[in-house]
Amino acid sequence: MAILIDEKTRIIVQGFTGRIGTFHAQEMIDYGSNVVGGVTPGKGGQTHLGLPVFNTVEEAVQHVGAEASIVFVPPAFAADSIMEAADAGIKYCVSITDGIPTQDMMRVKSYLRRFPEKVRMLLTGPNCAGTISPGRAMLGIMPGHIYMRGNVGVVGRSGTLGYEAADQMRLLGIGISTSVGIGGDPIPGSSHRDILERLEQDAETKIALMIGEIGGPQEVEAGRFAKENMSKPLVAYIAGLTAPEGRRMGHAGAIISSAGESAAEKVALLKELGVTICPTPSLMGQTIAEVLAKI
Amino acid sequence: MNIHEYQAKEILAEYGVKIAEGGLAYSVEEAVQRAREIDGDVWVVKAQIHSGARGKAGGIKVCKSHVEVEKAAEELLGRKLVTHQTGSSGKVCSRLYIEAGTQIAKEIYLSFLIDRVSERVIMIGSAQGGMEIEKLAETNPQAIIKIYIEPAVGLQDFQARKMAFALGIDSSQLNHAVKTIKGCYRALRNLDANILEINPLVLTHKHEIIALDAKMVFDENALFRQHKIAELRDNSQVDSREVAAAEAGLSYVGLEGDIGCMINGAGLAMATMDMIKLAGGEPANFLDVGGGASAERTEKAFRLVLADSNVKAMLVNIFAGINRCDWIAEGVVQAVRNIDMKLPLVVRLSGTNVEEGRRIIAESGLPIITADTLADAAEKVVHARNEAITKSLGV
Repeated sequence: MAILIDEKTRIIVQGFTGRIGTFHAQEMIDYGSNVVGGVTPGKGGQTHLGLPVFNTVEEAVQHVGAEASIVFVPPAFAADSIMEAADAGIKYCVSITDGIPTQDMMRVKSYLRRFPEKVRMLLTGPNCAGTISPGRAMLGIMPGHIYMRGNVGVVGRSGTLGYEAADQMRLLGIGISTSVGIGGDPIPGSSHRDILERLEQDAETKIALMIGEIGGPQEVEAGRFAKENMSKPLVAYIAGLTAPEGRRMGHAGAIISSAGESAAEKVALLKELGVTICPTPSLMGQTIAEVLAKI
Repeated sequence: MNIHEYQAKEILAEYGVKIAEGGLAYSVEEAVQRAREIDGDVWVVKAQIHSGARGKAGGIKVCKSHVEVEKAAEELLGRKLVTHQTGSSGKVCSRLYIEAGTQIAKEIYLSFLIDRVSERVIMIGSAQGGMEIEKLAETNPQAIIKIYIEPAVGLQDFQARKMAFALGIDSSQLNHAVKTIKGCYRALRNLDANILEINPLVLTHKHEIIALDAKMVFDENALFRQHKIAELRDNSQVDSREVAAAEAGLSYVGLEGDIGCMINGAGLAMATMDMIKLAGGEPANFLDVGGGASAERTEKAFRLVLADSNVKAMLVNIFAGINRCDWIAEGVVQAVRNIDMKLPLVVRLSGTNVEEGRRIIAESGLPIITADTLADAAEKVVHARNEAITKSLGV
């Protein structure tokens, strides 16, 4: 099972022939992902990494049956690429690109809402490390070897903190069904809640880990969802205890700008909602192990 | 990115929002000259710093003569103003805005911002202007009007009218109010601002609607297409360490503690800082060195962290994905040698090529303390910091 991607998912790379797109396309192929081609406008008809290059996403869908895409297009053009994927009928899109203007993302989300929910493309990111279903497929830029296959579903805003969690779990012999990076931007394609909904539906996932941080309403919204709709336990860690108010901590979305957005407040609200909190970031793996032992 | 009040007002004026007559001054002489150029018998001398609540900090002075303007300018120029938004270090005032006094009949509040919950621009208004909106939200939330704007069609006239009526604006001023409100929205949208706040927007006895204060915050990610806005950046209002970091392409936030940090990834950086605090220390900074950390970049990051004289010990925590631990290790060794670093340094490497990275550190012969896990790293750096302090006290 797992969610969003598996070894059969037909993947294309948007921004395929660029330096970054090329490097990560090769990494994904080496991992075993079913990459079937890529898109670089104006380079259609060429072959790159032994795979076909298309001018448009629509052609890639028609010719190689692309279902999922990963966007490495520079920030100025990334919103356009995401909307092109949605229009062409791509089902799942990961946007790695960091630095997309917030108003562009607002327009992307508005554009996506025009599609009926049944056929609407799911977007994760931007500004994320991507998604991995360990042992099956990687649609992202993470070091695949630190992820072990298993039953923990992970959703997180940060890339490297997600690696830290995966590594802690692997050292304890705990594996992951799917790990989804939703990115550090203020307007993400999908929220923690959107991913938890899918993890709840997934037969292979027994427990969910949410790695959140300061800023925005997402983590608490996800906590409410878990309390009302999830049968599986939810464990969470919220980064940024030391972050001062009103300062942006690296991620465009990591800023405490209103009440309820600090790490301490989020932790308190999540505890009230019955979410198990990892007391420190070094105990993410151990906390998962403890909760797993009780299932 | 923040800009000054006078810059925001110039922008708003271009978008059809009425502002009081005013001029910019860098010196006392210029301040008096600006006052002379402006008709009337009341002038307001306003300190231009990147912060709200300037009035409470003594940064806004109402003057009834040119002599008073001169005195106010002398007092404000070069002075450090401390508000709850500037932190304890405050911000130096090097520019003044001299404005004609306004006869206020009524003060209202108007703002536009990108709302993360609805993922739309939200227009917020209140007939009770002048006070902080956060306080009003606590004490009298009913007095706040919120109107959501659909990105596809933008702000509609009926929405602007609705806001104007809710703000208690007289029918005779309705058209002017609609023009003001729509102008603000267009400025936010066209210029990629995240926040536009006018507090207060005033109704005058002459039936005018004037923006008496103006704050605009811009999306850093959109500056590539907003060249005119990018030019408004005033680095004197930003922590000098952060300016240096931005020039080196590093993400840095200066804090008050004494343990310097260099980490890759914003989330891991925040988590590492949390660990330092839980281990009994205080981080001196947030620093995300990013994905492709070359040796040169690593050295720049070291120099930046160590430029803070408060720093007593430093922690490097890298989880290499795209990065490789061996590259990072080489960069660290090179940086320590080139800078001739004397402070204790704890390095924790994990991820791609970790064995090779650890070997490079071990064989360097440098007194680098290594750690295997996040918890281990935090404990070791706090311990090293405590030892360094004990040593410096000669105990």
